[in-house]
Amino acid sequence: MAHKNKINRQKRIAPYLFLLPNLSIFIVFIVAPALYGVYYSFTDYDGLNKAKFIGLENYIEIFGDMKFWLIFKQTGIYAAIVVPGIFLFALGVALLLIQKIKFKPVFRAAIYWPTMISFVVVGVTWKWIFGDSFGVLNYLIELMGREGIPWLTDPFFARMTVVIATLWCRVGFYMVIFMAGLQNIPLQYYEAARIDGATKVLAFRYITLPLLKPTSVMVIMLCIIDSFKAYPLIVSLTGGGPGKTTTYLVQYIYRYGFEKSKLGYASAMSVLLFAVIAIITAIQFRSKKEDM
Amino acid sequence: MKKLSNSSIYIVLTFVSILMLIPVLWIILSSFKSGMDLYEWPPRLIPKTFSLDNYKAAFSQGNFLLYFGNSLFVTIASTALTLLINSMAGFALAKYKFKGRQFIFIVFISTLMIPLEVIMIPIFTIISRLGLYNSFLGLIIPPAATPTGLFLIRQFLLSVPDSILEAARIDGASEWEIYWKLILPIAKPVISVLAIFSFMWRWNDFLWPLIVISDPKKYTVQLAISNFIGEFNVDWNSLIAMSVLTMIPVLIVFILFQKNFVQGMVTSGMKD
Repeated sequence: MAHKNKINRQKRIAPYLFLLPNLSIFIVFIVAPALYGVYYSFTDYDGLNKAKFIGLENYIEIFGDMKFWLIFKQTGIYAAIVVPGIFLFALGVALLLIQKIKFKPVFRAAIYWPTMISFVVVGVTWKWIFGDSFGVLNYLIELMGREGIPWLTDPFFARMTVVIATLWCRVGFYMVIFMAGLQNIPLQYYEAARIDGATKVLAFRYITLPLLKPTSVMVIMLCIIDSFKAYPLIVSLTGGGPGKTTTYLVQYIYRYGFEKSKLGYASAMSVLLFAVIAIITAIQFRSKKEDM
Repeated sequence: MKKLSNSSIYIVLTFVSILMLIPVLWIILSSFKSGMDLYEWPPRLIPKTFSLDNYKAAFSQGNFLLYFGNSLFVTIASTALTLLINSMAGFALAKYKFKGRQFIFIVFISTLMIPLEVIMIPIFTIISRLGLYNSFLGLIIPPAATPTGLFLIRQFLLSVPDSILEAARIDGASEWEIYWKLILPIAKPVISVLAIFSFMWRWNDFLWPLIVISDPKKYTVQLAISNFIGEFNVDWNSLIAMSVLTMIPVLIVFILFQKNFVQGMVTSGMKD
């Protein structure tokens, strides 16, 4: 009995101790600054002089800021294209890569490789490829006797370029997560299904998909968050242009905060961004509750 | 039939791999183009002559080796810390029922949604109040508590059956022993994944070094590169060589650890 009590006491305290190091670093370096940010959102603050409390003024201003909502819509559309794209692409490749085939490490490394390159370099490389007058792609297109495409100067194509570049450098990351998730599915399940005469498609539908759910939920969430926060890659690729057609929220916020020194206003926009992502995430959680 | 479907897998994978590698190949091959050959028009994929001039130039720019060493030190230390604290926290959130569990998890996840770019100033204030400004510790400790890593490990451990934990407890294992001797081996595939990611994040990180470091002797590679772009008329020749060099450590780590998440396939096939 005493032994059992000891086990129970240990079991009660253990999770808090396990969480402690991670949680304390977190609170000091992320949560606390974020709370500062929330405070700034109620002030008029330029980063140098003392912040002046102005209540909800920043928020009211945002609601009338048409440009902000335009950028917001743009970011939403970007996310709506990028998230399913990455999900399907990464899952598809991961499924192929867990089959019994040769050269697996080579394929894996090839597909993961773009993920490893820092955004600065990715941007530079893609400019080289997509550049209007000096890009390799247009050179090839012109060789085939067609007219070059204004990849970075036409709004439509610039957006497309940004999406392609995002897919290119993010798919490897999610592929690796999917592979770890897929390999966590006990092989016996597939054995059993095979013995019962299930086809590969059926096995995928009734074994892989349900058991992969925790991974899928995570990938979708990370992907949504990622795409709403898209910033460094796009800045180094298009700089947000032409015009503001590939400017997304974080870049817009950043510009206000650091170029226009309106940190209070920028903070209020970040709080809104945070709220939006939080709502999307909460909806996700709710609809998939049993897996979370 | 089996053969046929296998060969179509090869075709698809080869096609995808080539698409992914073309830009990479382009960077690597271009790094061997000397001087004006880099700007040659029409462009050619294979350099006329393979020259190491760009690499020589890269090494003569500032203290490239020093920055490389700094990055390596910070990255390894921070990744080790990440693996330890993320796996502990992920384990706690996946396998214990306790008060505040859901709340703590949501706080962690929600911090993912905060763009660091936006809270740079308060972070800076805290870093300098704690005396971490201009120190490697300031680069190692704060970013180590990654929410993504914790999320990854938690989701993975959710599928570990409670029964094996209970069995270990009945056998007299302490909670720490359960974590250290039972959970960590089971979590090897996902920990390898996190090792790959964390190494990459820290190695490529630009924002934390930008906030924390101002002493050029403590620059990381990424900070040096971006300063290099900002300060001078960009010298693409050495920039491209530096870029290629910075890919190497991340690639090595990927190759070393990728075996582990394949091995996981055999060991994690446990019964509930």
